[in-house]
Formats: sequence, C-alpha cells, structure tokens
Amino acid sequence: MTPILSVRDLSIDYRTRRGPVHAVRDVSFDIAKGETVAIIGESGSGKTTLAVSLIRLSPRSAKIVKGRILYTNDRETVDIRTLPDDELRQYRWSECAMVFQAALNSFNPVINIWEQFADTARAHGLKDSKKIHARAQELLDLVHLDPKRVLTAYPHELSGGMKQRVLIALSLMLEPQLIILDEPTTALDILTQRSIIDLLGTLRKRLGFSMIFISHDLSIAAELADRMITMYAGTVVERASVTDLFYRPRHPYSVGLLRAVPRVSGAMGAVASIPGSPPDLIRLPPGCTYAPRCPLAIPACSEREPDLLPVDMPDHDARCILWKTVAEQVGNAEVAVAEKIATA
Amino acid sequence: MSVVDTTVVGRPLIELDGVSRSFKVPGGVITAVDSVSLAIGAGEALCIVGESGCGKTTTGRMLAGILRPTGGRLIYEGQDVWAKRGTDLSAFRRAVQLVHQDPYASLNPTRTIFQTLSAPIYRHKKAKGNRDAVNRVRHLLQVVGLTPPDDFLGKYPHQLSGGQRQRVAIARALTVDPRLIVADEAVSMVDVSIRISLLNLLLGLRNEMGVSIVLITHDLAVARYFAREGRIGVMYLGRMVELARSEALVSDPAHPYSAALIAAIPEADPNITRSKDRVMLKTAEVPSLLALPPGCTFHPRCPLAEEGLCDVLVPALLPLPGGSPREVACHVAIRERQPAAELLA
Repeated sequence: MTPILSVRDLSIDYRTRRGPVHAVRDVSFDIAKGETVAIIGESGSGKTTLAVSLIRLSPRSAKIVKGRILYTNDRETVDIRTLPDDELRQYRWSECAMVFQAALNSFNPVINIWEQFADTARAHGLKDSKKIHARAQELLDLVHLDPKRVLTAYPHELSGGMKQRVLIALSLMLEPQLIILDEPTTALDILTQRSIIDLLGTLRKRLGFSMIFISHDLSIAAELADRMITMYAGTVVERASVTDLFYRPRHPYSVGLLRAVPRVSGAMGAVASIPGSPPDLIRLPPGCTYAPRCPLAIPACSEREPDLLPVDMPDHDARCILWKTVAEQVGNAEVAVAEKIATA
Repeated sequence: MSVVDTTVVGRPLIELDGVSRSFKVPGGVITAVDSVSLAIGAGEALCIVGESGCGKTTTGRMLAGILRPTGGRLIYEGQDVWAKRGTDLSAFRRAVQLVHQDPYASLNPTRTIFQTLSAPIYRHKKAKGNRDAVNRVRHLLQVVGLTPPDDFLGKYPHQLSGGQRQRVAIARALTVDPRLIVADEAVSMVDVSIRISLLNLLLGLRNEMGVSIVLITHDLAVARYFAREGRIGVMYLGRMVELARSEALVSDPAHPYSAALIAAIPEADPNITRSKDRVMLKTAEVPSLLALPPGCTFHPRCPLAEEGLCDVLVPALLPLPGGSPREVACHVAIRERQPAAELLA
C-alpha cells in the first residue's frame, strides 16, 4: 500500500550571517496509514525543523534545498513542497494537523475556546455556527473535557493538561489523516502525561489516523510508537521498529540516548550521558558527524559519512560502519540497553 | 523528630521542624507547605518529588533560607535560623546555596564567567588578592568539568550551552564552600543526553566534599538515580506524604499517591511501559489550594479512602510498621501495616 507520507532526500538550510546552517540533510522516511512514528534526538538534531516543514510552517529563514514531501490520500498524491497556497490551506488541518506544545503560546490569549474552534472552522469554509458548535462539543467530549465549561473559558483559565486536550481536539476538527505532535507531554505533570498518552492511544484506535511524534522524551515513544527514527546533526542515523530500536539498536547514538534515560521500574543498569555536544551545523565534522562523540569511533569513521543501510534485522537501517560491533554489545534480548551493558 | 532513618546519624545538618508557608493570593490565603518535617544529614543526597503545586519548590526555598516559614522552625546545626540575627544568619546563608532550574535566567548575561564566579569570592573574602581569586575560579571551573578553565573565564553566558551554564551555576554555589546545595529542577531544562552528567557532578561533590544535596524534581526516574543511596520524599498539596529509601519507594511505595505516580510514569522501555498495572484514581481533578479538602487532601482521589476517617482526620507522617524503614502519611497503610501496592491489589 502507498504510504500516506513519503519524505525523500529532504534537505533544509537556515540562512545565517555565518553561512547556511544544514539543519536537515537527506532525510527519507515513509509513514503508513494508521502508523505512529516517533522522531527522537537531542535539541539541534533537526527534528522540529523537519516536522514543521511537513506542513510548510518553516520560518522564512529556512529553505528547502532539495527533496520531496509526498502526501497521498484516497484521490491523489501531491508534493507538499510545491503545493499552491490555496491547496496548502486545504492540506493543513483537513489532511494533516500539527499539535504544538501546550505550554508554548499555541492559543490566541484574548479569545475564548469556542472562538478558537469557530476561527479554525470558518477559515476552512464552514459557515454554519450551529454545526461548528455541535462539532466542537463532540470533539471536547472525545478528549474527555466538559464542553459547557471549556468552550466559554479563556486559555489562561485552563490547566496545562486541559490546554493540551483542547489542542488535540482542535487538531481533529477536520478529520485529518496525519497528526504531527511536537513534544505533546513535555512540561506536564506525571498523571496528566499519562492521561494524554492514554487519550492519544484511544483516539488513534478509534479514528485510525497516522501520527508523527517529535520528542526528546523516549518514554512517550516507548508508549505509542510503532516505528522510530533517530536523528543526529540533521540526518537520520537509524530507522527501526520500536522494539528493535529500544532493545536491538544498531547505531551508537541510539545506544547513547537509551542509556541516558534512567527508569523507575526494573534494574537501573549502566546509566550514562553522552560526552561532548552536537556538532556545529555550519561546519560539520568530516565523515560520520557522530564520530567525535562516539565511544566506538575508529579513523575510518571520519573519512566519509556512512550511508543509511540495512542491518541484521528486517526493516531496520543504520548509518554506521560499526553496526556489527554495536550488535555484539547489545545483543537481541528484549532487555533495556543500560541493563545489558551493565551485565556485559 | 519524626525521621526514622539510618541515613541521618547523630545530629542532622539541617532540619525543617513542622514548617508551613502561606501566601496571600487573589481569592484568599493558600498554604503552599503545611507542617513539613525533614532532617537532612551531612553528606546526604535527598530528593523531593511531586507534581506542580505540591510545595516542593517552596520547601526548597525555605531550606535555603530565602523564604521565611510562616510556621515551624528551620534548624541549622542545632540552632533556630530565623531566631538568629546578623552575622549568624549570614553564616547560614553561605552554608546553604540554591541552584535554580533556569540557568538562562539565573546568570547575569552582561557578566563574564570570571566576573560571575569571582564576585562572591571577593565579597566573602575567600581569596587573598586578585591572583588568588583567578586561581580559585580556575579551580572551581575544573571541579565542575569546564576544562580547560581558561577557555571559559572570558565567556558570557550566551556563549555557553544549557548544560555548561548549569555547571557555572553550580560552580557559583561552590564559591562559598557550602554545606548544603538545594538544586531546584536543576537538570530539567537540559537535554536528556547530558542530564546524567550533571547529576553525577552533584553526586561527585557530595562524595568528595561531603556537601549535602537536596534535589527537587518532578521526575521520579531522575530521583531514583540521584538518591539511589539516599531517600526520596513525595509531596502532595503541601504535605509530605511519604519519605523512604529510594529503592523502597520506587519498588514498593507505601502511600497510594506514590503508588499512583509510579504506576502512571511512562517508561523508556516498550515492554515494561505497555504492560504496567494502573492505579485508578477516583478523579483526575486536583483540588485547588484555595479550597483544600478536609482530612487527607488526597482522599477525594484515593481508591483506599474510607469515609469517616480519611475525610475527617489529617494523617500524620508516621513510620510504617514492619519492613524497611519508611514514613507514610496514610491512615489505611499504617493501620494495615502494608504498602500501597498490596492494599491496591
């Protein structure tokens, strides 16, 4: 089946006085219908630049240097990159919606929640206020909020968790097939995080949309993702199923990220941070961009940037010439990487 | 003294003795912290965890002596801090240092790292002359892992990464040779990849210099890692509901609220996180601090709550009989002598 979204060789630069910042480099991936993909990486890995480019919301200083963003619905396949403005408006919200972090200023602070719904609906040609109201009520019910109480409220009157629910409800208004969520649980309390994760899980089952998560938080990926993409210095360094990435990673950077997160359940294992910091995206190091921080790096790593190639598991690619060494270190058992390294 | 723990041997370094703190807000008075008692030993690593509004930051600010309690006493080396005056209080202020969450806001952007770190050294006459001050700053930068130190002396905060700034903030706390560092969400704004190295830095200071450290965090996994040889205190709506050794708390919580938190945490491990048992709370709604429920403030949400008991009597933080030493503020857990996991099963 044709994937709903197919990103091919996408490269994005930011113009700066020091020269172009290569924020996204040669990124390719597919999202199948109904599939949830998590994109993980540190700040500066390019994950947010990539995400906003998928609905062409990039800042003006960003320029797509090359590549295609192909979106397929029941009728046709379009390239988002070259979509005319009127069709782009249609694509946003009704095909693909983005949910930003509620802690950030995602709402207009001077209008109430009802008007936020009405604004979005009218911008997409819905005129009948009664119908919009009914739809808003239905959506708020869906995210377990009391429409009577919430519709008349202003954003500042809602808690962080309620705001995130309203944003999710809004994103569903025009029944999009793809939802992009940028750090949807960051800055929320534990019990609220849990309820948002459970909500997204139920909605996905019920409505069948695809999701892309952008997060530095591996636990939400562990909860909801079917597949994972690890980004480093603007490029994809690993692509795998969620269980492969967590238990059978083949790129040393994925291993580093997994080891950096302590857990509450199970053994603690050898938790460790990644030494150094991400490279300067204007002057990238030669060869593998992770080599300067990589515990396994050998001189050959700095000669040329490795390709993203299949490893020993099906549907699993890594951009590392030493993936076999990584495989020997972490093995294939479904045990957390930090635990395996502790016992190795 | 309510603490039954082996970590605090002899006289504690610092102690909160039934402290409370109220604030006037539009709409009334809120009690952000209500009768919290906590003793911290020399060289102890302790974590206070809880959700927003639980009073953990207010508790930390009272520990650091920058917020005066509206009730109870802050005791440092056996003496009531707020009953003292003048020089005694300034000795206490040097002994306890606070590291904030946001190193972007807590460092002066117009000062170089050298200026930021040398100011307290000069003010508290910790150096003999300029050369000595430079050497002390160099040494501190080395201690916090900013090497080579000469690369950092002339830099401004905006030239550093978030993790490096937080290291500068820790170095600044160290300028006055503190006995206790209160770190309020000190690692929550930095990338996951470097969080552990900052926690290790703080733990290293504890091991090498004997500094006590209280880490305030909303992240139980961070708390477990940091306090693995110490204790974790869980706060809810201004009260300490459980205080226990770190492993006992995460593997076998005694308070139903701790149990609910631990069950709800999404974990970075798909098999574990997708098969976790949930603790179903009666409601997701957190009561307002302006209208706290009577009795145990958790009772409207608690699956164990008993009418006529939990909604009437405020539970005290008491040792849980039997098992590993821990204190819990729950009528049911204390009466049944059982941790929450068994009661909820």
